[in-house]
Order: sequence, then C-alpha cells, then structure tokens
Amino acid sequence: MTHTTDDWRGWVRHHLPKLVLSPSFAVTLFFVYGFILYTGLLSLTSSRMMPNFNLIGFENYSKLWQTLNWQVALNNLAIFGTLYIVICGLLGMFLAILLDQKIRGEGFLRPIYLYPMALSFIVTGTAWKWFLNPGLGLEKTMHEWGWTSFKFDWLINSDMAIYTVVIAAVWQSSGFVMAMFLAGLRGIDSEQVKAAQLDGASAVQTYWRIIIPQLRPVFLSAFVVLAHMAIKSYDLVVALTGGGPGNATEVPATFMYSYTFTRNQMGVGAASAMIMLMTIAAIIVPYLYAETREQRHD
Amino acid sequence: MTNQEVKASSSRFWRVLIYTTLIVFAAFYLLPLFVMLITSFKDLEELRQGNMLSLPQNWTIAAWIKAWGSACIGLTCEGINGYFWNSIKMVVPSVLISTLLGAINGYVLTKWRFKGDRWVFALMLFGCFIPFQIVLIPMSQILGNLGLAGTTTGLVLVHVTYGIGFATLFFRNYYAAFPTELVKAAMIDGASFLGIFWRILLPSSGPIIVVTVIWQFTNIWNDFLFGASFAAGESAPMTVALNNLVSSSTGVKEYNVDMAAAMIAALPTLLVYIVAGRYFVRGLMAGSVKG
Repeated sequence: MTHTTDDWRGWVRHHLPKLVLSPSFAVTLFFVYGFILYTGLLSLTSSRMMPNFNLIGFENYSKLWQTLNWQVALNNLAIFGTLYIVICGLLGMFLAILLDQKIRGEGFLRPIYLYPMALSFIVTGTAWKWFLNPGLGLEKTMHEWGWTSFKFDWLINSDMAIYTVVIAAVWQSSGFVMAMFLAGLRGIDSEQVKAAQLDGASAVQTYWRIIIPQLRPVFLSAFVVLAHMAIKSYDLVVALTGGGPGNATEVPATFMYSYTFTRNQMGVGAASAMIMLMTIAAIIVPYLYAETREQRHD
Repeated sequence: MTNQEVKASSSRFWRVLIYTTLIVFAAFYLLPLFVMLITSFKDLEELRQGNMLSLPQNWTIAAWIKAWGSACIGLTCEGINGYFWNSIKMVVPSVLISTLLGAINGYVLTKWRFKGDRWVFALMLFGCFIPFQIVLIPMSQILGNLGLAGTTTGLVLVHVTYGIGFATLFFRNYYAAFPTELVKAAMIDGASFLGIFWRILLPSSGPIIVVTVIWQFTNIWNDFLFGASFAAGESAPMTVALNNLVSSSTGVKEYNVDMAAAMIAALPTLLVYIVAGRYFVRGLMAGSVKG
C-alpha cells in the first residue's frame, strides 16, 4: 500500500508543472476551441431563438450574404477599417517623428496623446456624442463664435455617421500607435543615420530612405493590432450611434449581436460570428506564427 | 544674412512649427475630456444657453450627485453607484485570479519546458485575439446551466477565462529572460517546484505583476460586450449602466448628468493611468508588439 502511495507521490511531483498548467489549458480548450466548434456547428443548423441541431448545411451563410444589413455592415467595416488603420498609422507615425526631435516637454506631451487608450469605448462614445451633438455641441459653438453657416450633423446623417465613428476611434487609438512608432524610432541604428547625414542627405531624405524603411516591423504590428480592433469594434458604435441612424453604422459585431439575441436568427448570427473569426484568424495567425518563429531563432 | 544665419533662422522656424503642431494635437486629445468635465459641472439651463467650450458660470456638483445617487437607469432611479460597486466586485477577483494563473503558467512554460509546450502556448495565445462574438452563444448557455446567468460571479468566470491568455503571455515573456541557471541551481539544492516559484521568481516579478494587473484591470473595467450579454439589469457593470443611462430616451435629456456618469466610469482607469502610466504603456506594447 505504502509503495503505491510513494509511486503516486513521485508521479505527482514529476508531473506537477503540467498539472498546474492543465486547468488553464483545459479552460482554453473548452471555452475557446470548444466554443468555436459549437458556434460553427450552430451556424449549420436552423437555430432561431434557441439552439437546435437540425442541420441545414450552408444555408445560413447564403442567407447571410443575401441580407442587406450584412452587406451594409461589411461596407461600413471596409470604410471604417481602412480609414481607421490608415489615419491612425499616419498620424501615429507623424506624431512620433515630431516627438523624436529632442522635444522639451516630451514627457508631458506623450501621456496626453496616449490617455484616451485607458478609457472605455463607452466613455469615448458618450463624450463624442455630446461633443458632436448637432443641436448643442460643436455646431452651436461655431455659430456662437460667428460662423453661422457652419453645419455639422454627421451624427444624424446616414451618409456621414460612420465617419464620426472613425473620428472617435482615431482619437482613442492614434496615441497608442504613436507610442509604438516612438519605441521603433528609439531602437533605430544611429550609425546609419549619421552616415546618411554626413553624405549630405536632408532630414526628409534621411527619414524617407533610411529611417522609415527600418520601421517596417512597427507598421506590421500596428496594422495587425488596428485591423483586429476594427473587426471587433462594437462598444464604440453602440455608444456613439447605436448602429444608426437606421442601420447606417451597422458593423459585423452589432449585426451578430442583434441577429442572435434580438432578431431570433441565431443560425445566421453564428454564421456571421464565424466569418468574423476567420477574418481575424487570417490576419493574426500568420503574424503570431512569424513572431513566435523569430523568438526561436534568438 | 549670412548662410549660417539663414540656416539658424530656418531651423528656428521649423522648431516653432513642430512645437505648434504638437501642442495643437495635445489640444485635440484633451478637448473631449475637457468638454466632458466642464459639462458635468454646469446646470441644464447653462447647457442650453451657453457655449459648450466655455467654463461654467455657476459651478455645481449637482449633476455628479444625481449621477451617483438618483439618476434613472432602466426602471430604478438610484444612480450609478450600485453598478460602480458591481464593477469593483467583478474586477478585483477577476484580476487577482487571472494574474495568479498567468504567473504560474508563465513559470511552467519557461522553466519547466515539456514536449509540445509551444503548442500549448500558441493555442492559449490565439485565444487572446478571437472576436468574442464567437463565444457569446455557448457562454450564455453555459452560464444559464450553471445558474450564473446575470450574476457577477458569472462575469468573473468569463473574465478570468478570457484573461488567462494575456496574463500568461506577459509572464511567459518576462520569465523567458529570467536566468534559467538560478532555477537549475535551486533544483539541484532540492528546492521544490512551488518553492522555486515562491522564493526565486516571484520576488523579482514586481514590474510584470504591476503591468499585468493594470492591463487586466483596464480591460475588465472597460469591458462592455460581456457585461451587456451576461449581466443585464441589477448586476450590470458600470459600462453597461452608463450606456443605458446615456441612451435612454425618456424625459428631458440631462447631458450634464450623462457626462458626470461618464467621468465616474472613466476615473478608475484614468487614475491608474496617471499613477502608473509607464506600466500601462508597457502592457500595451507587450500585448501587441510581441504577440
């Protein structure tokens, strides 16, 4: 009897690290991968208000692509995602380059650019909703300052509402992109820069030919982070426009939520979630693969 | 002017331009917070009459008091204070548990390597980036089956589950740089698995603990999707209550109360940012640049 207890103890001691890790891993397998499989399965069923397992093939997917709301959502994601990524990237790089010019007060300015990242998107949405309020916000302020013809009704204008989401999202994230670029700039080999300057290259030429090309990894990271945030964006749209006016600012995340939980089209909602997952996986998986491979070479 | 002087004055021109641009952008980032803050200290009359950007003529904290104690959210008019405590009750255990698990996972994945550990880590890592829409349906069913639907305990479970990945990532990358020789030496001296963790790694983990705690705190406090999906009504967290308050369309719209509530929702994370901004930024970078 004692013999087997000893064996058991030895086994536990030997496998303790794996035993300690296994609950987390099991949770991940079940709550991430199991749930993905389950949602994938539901997307192939005729589930409406409650899940059922009546398989109907890819019908939900074809229904999804014929749904006008989904087309609007994808179109909005394309507009929002492109502008968000491009503007955040350019603005972030621009501010980082300016801050890298041995600026007095950098330690004061940097946190100001970055603090919106600490806020909830719901707070950001609330603040911008008030700021851009056509009746009482920016428009009224401009009128009082004498610019009486100034008109800014994007929040309630179906054609323009998606751009207010871009403005608020850029406000929130561009400081973070700035911080990524600033870290990249600080890590650049100064020898090459000095050599270029000795050759008589102007500041603009030095940046264009030497420094910016070296920032390629930062561009890649920024792209991956921003693209993944754009596809997931839900809170900001809910707080700022609520998906409206009408369905003018519908995005995939709001589509998924309303079709699954309020419109009783769970199968279609699950299909839309699968499309979101696959889009993000297409961006994230190659990136993570490359990043973890790099570590192996170190 | 000599050539030198031209150069000097042109460089001064550029310096002025750079500083001006930087200050204009600082104003852009500060403006919404500034407007939110001064709006919360005005009364309704002044909101209608006055300029959004001008300071309050009669400073009043009435909007803050109302937002905290008597604003109507849903059917009850007891302010946001209950939801604020909901968020605290949700955040504290979620942060502690996920950080602890992340630390021990990071320790195993770097100092007790085993066959296939990379796969384990890769699978956990990908879990950080999934769009959470993919788990909403099964999670609401599971929480329902466990009797945890609409409870803070349920939300803690959800946040711990999806917070482990990032916590593990942070600690793994940190412990990877920790000298393995020290661990090996301790093993030869007969130190146990937990003894090594407790006496050798943990004492030097201060910075990464701060980074992880701040990251988890900010993410979980600011979460809206899980809160809105799994804890509607009385047990809703702060962000959900704020959204309900702001988007309710009954009665007179009290923007000053909305802004005060938004400020209250923002204060905990802003405070953390002001006190420990450096660590906050490190977390952001670790969570993105080194995926």
